[in-house]
Amino acid sequence: MTFQLFVFLVFALTLLGAATAVITVRNPVNAALFLVLAFFSSAGIWLLLEAEFLAITLVLVYVGAVMVLFLFVVMMLDINLAPITEGFASYLPVAVGVGLIMSVELILVLSRDFFSAEQFPQPTPKPADHSNTEVLGELIYTEYLYPFEIAAVILLVAIVAAISLTMRKRPQTKYQDPSEQIKVSKADRLRVVSMDAEEKP
Amino acid sequence: MWDDLLYLITVVGKILLVVLPLLIAVAYLTYAERKVIGYMHVRIGPNRVGFKGLLQPFADMFKLMTKEIIIPDNSSRFLFFIAPVLALAPALAAWAVIPFAEGWAVTEINAGLLYILAMTSMGVYGVIIAGWASNSKYAFLGAMRSAAQIVSYEIAMGFALVGVLMVSGSLSLSDIIAAQSGGVFHWFMVPLFPLFVVYFIAGVAETNRAPFDVAEGESEIVAGFHVDYSGMAFAVFFLAEYANMIMIAALAVIMFLGGWMSPIAGVADGAHWFFAKVSFMLLFFLWFRATFPRYRYDQIMRLGWKVFIPVTIVWIAVVGVAVFFNVEPWFALREAG
Repeated sequence: MTFQLFVFLVFALTLLGAATAVITVRNPVNAALFLVLAFFSSAGIWLLLEAEFLAITLVLVYVGAVMVLFLFVVMMLDINLAPITEGFASYLPVAVGVGLIMSVELILVLSRDFFSAEQFPQPTPKPADHSNTEVLGELIYTEYLYPFEIAAVILLVAIVAAISLTMRKRPQTKYQDPSEQIKVSKADRLRVVSMDAEEKP
Repeated sequence: MWDDLLYLITVVGKILLVVLPLLIAVAYLTYAERKVIGYMHVRIGPNRVGFKGLLQPFADMFKLMTKEIIIPDNSSRFLFFIAPVLALAPALAAWAVIPFAEGWAVTEINAGLLYILAMTSMGVYGVIIAGWASNSKYAFLGAMRSAAQIVSYEIAMGFALVGVLMVSGSLSLSDIIAAQSGGVFHWFMVPLFPLFVVYFIAGVAETNRAPFDVAEGESEIVAGFHVDYSGMAFAVFFLAEYANMIMIAALAVIMFLGGWMSPIAGVADGAHWFFAKVSFMLLFFLWFRATFPRYRYDQIMRLGWKVFIPVTIVWIAVVGVAVFFNVEPWFALREAG
């Protein structure tokens, strides 16, 4: 067993274990943390494929940002598992049916010649100074420019839509307007009253 | 087989060569912090243990090591114990690619900058998990504040580094430093000054240091995410925070202050310049803490989203135009790699 195979096995088994745990553990926070572990292990496998840019970006974007927000939300929710798991048995036949159909479909697709091992010859190792990032950047900005730009626009639209859907003024929330706070002068807040030191008898 | 073993031994040796001095640096950074802030407050600071208090960090360390670790009831035990480790591990792992001088790095990878960003972005897990696993309201509030703050400032920090990328034309840290050779006017601090300021302040915010330390704001939430930690478990959080500070300072030096390059053209470059610059940047962390009062939480968010991110975006556009027109001497398009 070569060292690479050993590393692959470690990452692959961790990935499978973590992915299984995501859907089996009861506590949603633990499930989210297992999902983090799954992302991290798949990043390790991508590194073995010499796709260092994708691997590091996966950690940076999904582990470092998306999952943090995810955990943020999951931790604040008070999820009561009892009503969610209620009626598990009555849904079971439908779920098994859907699962079976999906597995059969997947098996049919994946057993085609297109995904066979011959179609994907073992990649030749690149020299140590080969920069994955550079190659990717060049391809994205020349050959795949339009798909890339279209994807960017779609994402932008999604951002704008998400913000406009969730942004609403709540009347009971108190907002502070910093510019107004700064503009306040002594005259607005303070009134100097001239009065006698002592009331005259 | 023997070659592999030898390789393993050299790598472990290199790691020890980085980590052990780093831990000592952390210990003496705490001493320096107390001394510097002491002098700024016109008092003496620690001066009892050893000559001028020089053994104070070790006294603190032994005290923390001999203290009992208390586990709160109803806490998630495994997560409670793994949280400090998750805070420390990324802080140390990021040091793997930091070049101290020409060729002095544990490893040189050509996506070094990305690797560092990925590692520093993972440090937040220690804080969030600690806050949640402690099963305490104060710890949880601290964790929530910290998560929101780190995610917000990471964007500004990433954008600031995009500017460095555009000017240097490389993701490799050694190439970025090499692109800044030739004296203080070739350092990226000069053409990218707004990004430098944004990067460093965002770095202070990322490490949860004063004035951005709302995650542990004593006056509101006791000690924030580590309120339930004691003894060595607390010490590991402490280590992670200071290792991160040194990390941010080292990165600022590499990205904007020319790394190991000497400030005057012609004077020999070397690791001593790197260490001198890092110490100088670290002084700012201590100085900030002694000077500024803690920010209010909404002010932190406003600064991050409404000031820093627009500033970086505008400056990236400026750099883009300058690079396009090959403005000498900073923005001449460099051959990548």
